[in-house]
Amino acid sequence: MKQNRIQKKLQEDKKLLSIYFTAGYPNLDDTVKVIQDLEESGVDLIEIGLPFSDPLADGPTIQDSSTKALNNGMHTELLFEQLAAIRKTVSIPLIIMGYFNPVFQYGVEAFCEKCKEVGIDGLILPDLPLDVYQEEYESIFKEYGLINVFLITPQTSDARIKAIDEASDGFIYMVSSASTTGAKTGFGEVQKSYFDRIANMQLKNPQIVGFGISNSQTFDQATTKAKGAIIGSAFIKHLTEHGPEKIADFVQGIR
Amino acid sequence: MRNPLSIEVKLKKIPAYVGMTKIMSYHANEKGYYGEFGGAFIPEMLYPNCEELRQKYIQIMEEPSFKEEFDQLLKDYVGRPSPLYFAERLSNKYNTKIYLKREDLNHTGAHKVNNTIGQILMAKRLGKNRIIAETGAGQHGVATATVCALMGIECVVYMGEIDIARQAPNVARMKMLGAEVRPALSGSKTLKDATNEAIRDWINNPVDTHYIIGSVVGPHPYPDMVARFQSVISEEIKAQLLEKEGRENPDYVVACVGGGSNAAGAYYHFLDTPEVGIIAVEAAGKGIHSGESAATSALGKVGIIHGSKTLLMQTDDGQITEPYSISAGLDYPGVGPLHAHLFKSGRGEFISITDDDAMKAGMELSKLEGIIPAIESSHAFAILEQRKFNPSDIVVINLSGRGDKDLQNYIDYFKL
Ligand SMILES: Cc1ncc(COP(=O)(O)O)c(C=O)c1O
Repeated sequence: MKQNRIQKKLQEDKKLLSIYFTAGYPNLDDTVKVIQDLEESGVDLIEIGLPFSDPLADGPTIQDSSTKALNNGMHTELLFEQLAAIRKTVSIPLIIMGYFNPVFQYGVEAFCEKCKEVGIDGLILPDLPLDVYQEEYESIFKEYGLINVFLITPQTSDARIKAIDEASDGFIYMVSSASTTGAKTGFGEVQKSYFDRIANMQLKNPQIVGFGISNSQTFDQATTKAKGAIIGSAFIKHLTEHGPEKIADFVQGIR
Repeated sequence: MRNPLSIEVKLKKIPAYVGMTKIMSYHANEKGYYGEFGGAFIPEMLYPNCEELRQKYIQIMEEPSFKEEFDQLLKDYVGRPSPLYFAERLSNKYNTKIYLKREDLNHTGAHKVNNTIGQILMAKRLGKNRIIAETGAGQHGVATATVCALMGIECVVYMGEIDIARQAPNVARMKMLGAEVRPALSGSKTLKDATNEAIRDWINNPVDTHYIIGSVVGPHPYPDMVARFQSVISEEIKAQLLEKEGRENPDYVVACVGGGSNAAGAYYHFLDTPEVGIIAVEAAGKGIHSGESAATSALGKVGIIHGSKTLLMQTDDGQITEPYSISAGLDYPGVGPLHAHLFKSGRGEFISITDDDAMKAGMELSKLEGIIPAIESSHAFAILEQRKFNPSDIVVINLSGRGDKDLQNYIDYFKL
């Protein structure tokens, strides 16, 4: 398989900043502008949230943005329409993050085909489990050049982390603590020893830490050992307060 | 006498089953699939908990000390066995033989407690010291708060903000029993959102907490575990029918289906006995195509809800939609994967009943038999007006709960 944008980006000799936002939020037509401004501000990866009615793994901030985006009229086909010309203006890796049911309803193969068509590089579907992915969908993802990103948490056993590492060909999404998404104030000893434990495992895939990263301090803590970090809820809060403006200010505040 | 596993073992030895292409094919396989439905579509954060449960639940349920404690509590605390009552006046009216399985006589007023007793014992053996649950009408919340009080374990019940307002007596009961009732403020603020909140709580408290789910829904192994705890219903029906009619198998077993736990329990030991007809009754609300309905088998498509692949009500875009029924306990946008499989395979006959027909049936049962049913259960009785049975048929209707909790609804509806 030819290297995709995620794999290339991971080879760069720097700590990566990934930003999550919900498509169609705060306004239905903000999706493209937010992506463009994030790239211009120097972000390394973008996770585009496909909103879902029942986002089990998300805290209140992302729940609210999802509800708002759906009320704005966001849906799967519309997201692909909005992204149709995105590769004319944006070159950094783009990942769609969402829940499995909307993808399943669209048709997994049709969804993957569309992703390839508009230039999506990977997917994060937290409720698509490893075994189902491997048995039913891996070949489809590969056919369309998509990287599937798996999550691990402080409770994930070493054996399972190794299985996930084996099944991954991009990066591993390291959930910082046992929690739903949402900005916290800092990482304690428990997180530090978890970060150390994973670093010591010498996995073949680099790790990017997510959940609970909100500012430069938490970004630095998370990336002491890991390759990068993902900011979601804190950026959504920025969008809620400022609209799709001053995105560069937010990003510069992180690093 | 009652252990939900012994009959299963016995059944496997009955010669009639040898030679069937698939033995026990309506039960979950090792990965929790019923045909194409089931499984565990969970975020990685829930994997360790679900996996621990998956590895241990059968083993724990089969431990003699577990069975003993479970049976003892069902007998002395819940009041089992619940009677199998021959409803003579109802039978005369519909010209068939109708038996009622009296789950309404259980402590806390419904079948829900069979499951919560089982799960609290499970939680103790897993070393958990905090319980969470979701509830719609409050019946499962009350049954959970009850067993937590019994065991002296901390209990948090998530309940949609809207349901808290319309089910005040059950909220008060849970509080008296020492539970904390937390409002689910997200989404549509009803049962599905309360379930989301409970799952989120579990994600945030993975080590000390056990989630007592209230029906045969959710990720594997919940549907199978809850069905096994509820299977005491059909185990008793077999023994009671043998005593009364000289035969173990009725011609039909009828139950209402919200998530499907009382139905799963009533069908369990008959699933692989094709001569027993299985009738599942869903809530049509104001009519299947009224836009206000909970008839999942008619309106649902295959999808994923709360960690399970099953039939669920959703938009073309895969967003889960809000169901409606006059009975809060049937107001769930999915059904357990067992029921999706019974529907898809044709093993079960699915009938949906409107609010109006259910309310009439509830009134009729009260007048003819002196039993005021829960509105959920009223749905099961309403099929008698629509579905003809032979005079010689033995029809067992699972009377899943009593109507006390629904009095205000009956009052408002009939202007009593
Ligand atoms: C009396 C009664 N019957 C039925 C139900 C529906 O649940 P299930 O389909 O899991 O039996 C409920 C749920 O609250 C209930 O209280």
